[in-house]
Amino acid sequence: METTVTTGTEDSVWGGGNKPLGASYGKMMMWFFIVSDALTFSGFLAAYGFSRFKFIETWPIADEVFTHVPFFHGNYPMIYVAFMTFILIMSSVTMVLAVDAGHKMKQNKVIIYMFLTIIGGAIFVGSQAWEWATFIRGDYGALETKGGRILQFVDAANDNKRIAIGDFAKSMPETREQHTKDAGIWYMGESSLPSYSLNEVLAGLKDNPNILVRTEQINEEGHKTILNRSETLAKVNQAVRVVEGANLVRNEYGSRLFADFFFFITGFHGFHVFSGVVINVIIFLNVVLGTYERRGHYEMVEKVGLYWHFVDLVWVFVFTFFYLV
Amino acid sequence: MAHEHKLEIFRGLVKFKSNIQKIWGVLIFLSIITAVEVILGIYKPDFFMKTYILDMKLLNWVFIILTLVKAYYIAWDFMHLRDEKSSLRRAIVWTPIYLIIYLVFILLFEATYIYDVFKNGYLSWNF
Repeated sequence: METTVTTGTEDSVWGGGNKPLGASYGKMMMWFFIVSDALTFSGFLAAYGFSRFKFIETWPIADEVFTHVPFFHGNYPMIYVAFMTFILIMSSVTMVLAVDAGHKMKQNKVIIYMFLTIIGGAIFVGSQAWEWATFIRGDYGALETKGGRILQFVDAANDNKRIAIGDFAKSMPETREQHTKDAGIWYMGESSLPSYSLNEVLAGLKDNPNILVRTEQINEEGHKTILNRSETLAKVNQAVRVVEGANLVRNEYGSRLFADFFFFITGFHGFHVFSGVVINVIIFLNVVLGTYERRGHYEMVEKVGLYWHFVDLVWVFVFTFFYLV
Repeated sequence: MAHEHKLEIFRGLVKFKSNIQKIWGVLIFLSIITAVEVILGIYKPDFFMKTYILDMKLLNWVFIILTLVKAYYIAWDFMHLRDEKSSLRRAIVWTPIYLIIYLVFILLFEATYIYDVFKNGYLSWNF
C-alpha cells in the first residue's frame, strides 16, 4: 500500500513523488480508466459492425428509423440526434471553460460553468430517454414472417410512402384477451397484445389494392425493395404475427439485432452520461463548498472533465456508426 | 497548477491569443463538421453514394474520417492531450488504436465471410 501514497516530500528518483509522465497519480488513473472504457465501447461498436456486415443487404436504414423531433410532426431524419450531439459538445465546452477557470483559481466562474455542464448533461439524458420511448413505441407497425423477417407496408397511391397498419387494418368482431399470470393454471403470461390482430391486418390488406409490402432487402439504389401486388399477397401468407414498436426480441424496423444493439450501445452510453452527471454534481457541490479553494488547486474538476469529454468522444462515434453510416 | 497551453491548431495555421479563445475556435470547427455530416446524411449526394472505395461507399468513408477528425480535436484540445508529455500521449492514444484496428479488421473480415455463406450456402434464412 505504501507505494501508492505519494506525499511529494521526497524528490529522489526512486523515493516516490516522481512524475515521469508529468501527470499526477489521479489524472493518470483517470486516463487509464478512459482507455479501458474506450476498449469496451469499441467492442460494442465492432460487434455492431460485425452483425451489420453479416446482414449488409437487409439491415435497417437508420434515417428511416430515427425521424422524430419532439413537439413537431412529420419526417425529420437526423435533426434531433444532431441536436443531441450539439448539446453534448456544448456541455463539453462549458466543462473546458470550468477547468480553465479552475487553473486561474476563479471559484465563481467554475461554479457557473460546472452548472451549465450539468444542465447540458441533463438535457442529453432526457433526450435519450425520449428517443428510447419513441423507438419502443414504434410508428408504423409491421408483420413478422415465419422466418423472423419483417414486412412493412407502403401506400402505392401515395408515392410509395410508408403506411401504418392501423390506417388500413379492418376492424373485425373478434376478441383476444391478453393472457395474464393470474388467469391460467400455470404461471405464464404474455406481453401486451398489438392493437390489431394478424387477421385484421390481412383482411384490410386484401380490401385495399394500393397497399404493398416493403421487404428488408436493400436494392441496388440503396432503398428497401417494394413488392408488386401479387407478390405482396403471396408474401403476407407467410406472416405469423403483428409487431409494433421494439423490444429485445423483435422490432418493427427490421433485423432483430438492430434493436438489441440500439438498446445496448445507446443504453451503455446513456448510463455513462448519467453517471457523469452524478459525478459532476458531486464535484459541483465541492466547488460550491470551497473544498478545492482550500486545497489550493482544482485538479478534481480537471479529472471529471476528462471523463465528461470522454463521454462526448464516445457519442461522436456512436452518432457516426449508428445514425450516419 | 498553472499549465502552459499550446495555442496553435491546424499545425500552426490558426493561432489563438488565449486558451478560452482556442476553446471557442475548436467548438466552431466541431460544429461545422457536425453540420456537414448531417447535411450529407440527409441529402446523400449521388456521387458519394455511387463511388465505392475498398467495398464501402465514399459517403461512409467521409463520415468515418470526419469522425476521427472530431475525435482528434476533442482529445487534443478539450482533454488537453496537446499539453501533455508525448510519452503519456502515445501510451494513451496508440494502445487502443492498435487493439481496435486489429479487432475491427478480424470481425469485419469474418462477417463478410458469414455473409457469403448466408448468400451462397445451402442455408435458408430470408423467408
